[in-house]
Amino acid sequence: MSLIEINRLNKSYESGEECVLALVDVDLQIERGEFISIMGPSGSGKSTLLTILGGLNHPTQGKVVVDEIPIYQLPLERLADFRREYLGFIFQSFQLIPYLTVVENVMLPLSITGRSNREQVHMAEGILERMGLKGKEKRLPDQLSGGEQERVAIARALVNSPPILLADEPTGNLDSKTGKEIIDLFKSLNEEGQTIIMVTHNPENAAFSSRTIQLLDGKIVDGI
Amino acid sequence: MRLKDISISNLRRRKGKVFFLVLGLTIGITTVVTLISITRMMNEDISNKLDEFGANIVILPRSDDLSLSYGGMNVGGVAFDTQTLKDSDVPKIRQIEVRENISTVSPKLLGVIEVEGRNVLLMGVRFSEEVRLKKWWKIHGAVPKSQDEVLLGNEVAVKLFKNTNDMLTISGKKVKITAVLDETGSQDDYVIFGDLTFVQSLIKKPGALSLIEVSAFCNTCPIEEIVRQISNELPHAKVTAIKQTLQTKMEALDHFKKFSIGISIIVLLIGGLIVFTNMMASVNERKREIGIFRAIGFRKSHVIRIIFLEALIIGLISGIMGYLLGLGGSQLIGPIITGMKGGRIHIDPVLAIGVIFLSAIIGILSSAYPALHASKMDPTEALRAL
Repeated sequence: MSLIEINRLNKSYESGEECVLALVDVDLQIERGEFISIMGPSGSGKSTLLTILGGLNHPTQGKVVVDEIPIYQLPLERLADFRREYLGFIFQSFQLIPYLTVVENVMLPLSITGRSNREQVHMAEGILERMGLKGKEKRLPDQLSGGEQERVAIARALVNSPPILLADEPTGNLDSKTGKEIIDLFKSLNEEGQTIIMVTHNPENAAFSSRTIQLLDGKIVDGI
Repeated sequence: MRLKDISISNLRRRKGKVFFLVLGLTIGITTVVTLISITRMMNEDISNKLDEFGANIVILPRSDDLSLSYGGMNVGGVAFDTQTLKDSDVPKIRQIEVRENISTVSPKLLGVIEVEGRNVLLMGVRFSEEVRLKKWWKIHGAVPKSQDEVLLGNEVAVKLFKNTNDMLTISGKKVKITAVLDETGSQDDYVIFGDLTFVQSLIKKPGALSLIEVSAFCNTCPIEEIVRQISNELPHAKVTAIKQTLQTKMEALDHFKKFSIGISIIVLLIGGLIVFTNMMASVNERKREIGIFRAIGFRKSHVIRIIFLEALIIGLISGIMGYLLGLGGSQLIGPIITGMKGGRIHIDPVLAIGVIFLSAIIGILSSAYPALHASKMDPTEALRAL
């Protein structure tokens, strides 16, 4: 069985009196260790697909099964637990908590796990070191460069060692050199076995992935 | 890191807003503490000035004789009562359960004697108690100290052409008039006051009493309770409360209490409203942040806990500050309202803990809806950027 199985997924939004179809009959399987790029023009449904994969957006129809768990049949609080255990999110424009230090931002997913403070710090510092941010643990996010903030966001997504990493335009706010470094980092994480699903506009980034899914008007047109 | 660390960090970031939140709630708590303290001061004030109001409980022998009267001068019946009060009844009054509320106990014996061809009312009293009970007495001369000294009511002195330091013969015994009262407008003007033991032996009623006047004040219990307890101790006596003496003052205090409660409720409601609007605004401002929390696996209950923790911290700080400021405020305003000199600062741990608890509860209750609202926010909407 695949890590992620999506069957006949439909999502529609009410927009005034209109009903907008964001995703139409999407079927998709993703295996462990894959590095998937989701591409498509604006409004093609790629962000909707990512939020549905992320357990944040209930589909109108269809099933999403992750590691044999039909996630949208879980009660809401259990769905939150699922997100914590299975997913690492990297949001567009980093989305760090501005009043928490770098190390605290990374510890955020651990803060509700009952781990001791020492263990949390140990885990957070370990991943920050890996991201090349040693010595910057006590800084606030606005004291870091864009690339560094992105690395903090990646560290936060990975600190829990989740099976799946979801990234939304991870290089969208970075200059091309820093963007390249981030993609290289993704590549090396993937080589270590990390499953990555990334939404991107940039075909150069997509070239690093193992599979590219093309979306158009809510339908997968390539990459199934 | 724990959820509380997130709450504390957020409060630290928003110092300005936290200041106004704390200020709003602190004003409310300060008002409550000030009003409670002033009410207590007024209560204490009444208690301290109790003697100025005279006796508020009268103990008489049980009697069916309706003619028995102290004010109306007709006291003939007293002598013929079957039931009498005795000296030994006085200490019993001091033994009741709420004895600490009894201020003065003044036993009296009344009798009619002939002085220089006139019938005069003679009253045996313990001067130390009687003088405490009748603060309004203006005494010309010295209060009698020995058995052969007496004090004359103004009218008696006029009728007998006597003045301070004159001698008087009562039933063959010579006594010295050490003082004369200014006119009081009461029955005291027509009475010769002598030492209780002296009067008892003079009218041949050793150990007997006609009545006992008591001045008592109880902050926490009604006067009827004191009356009931004295009645239990003295089953042969009729114990009556004279309510008028304190009623006006107590009614005024009661009005002030009601007014205080009203003001407190309004001010606390405003405080709660400030917390509510501020928390609501803060939650809306933090939409994105709450979206991040939810996306990385925080449960709704985690989000609610973060906001409640913030409200609790604000409530506790406001409670402590409000208590201290209220304590200071009552020291400043209390004397103006009660006319008392600023007394000592009275730290009441029950009040302190009570208001700090109240403040925390208001903080949390006012944040209940904002917290619920935050927990229900759609994370995808909160993270529009996704």
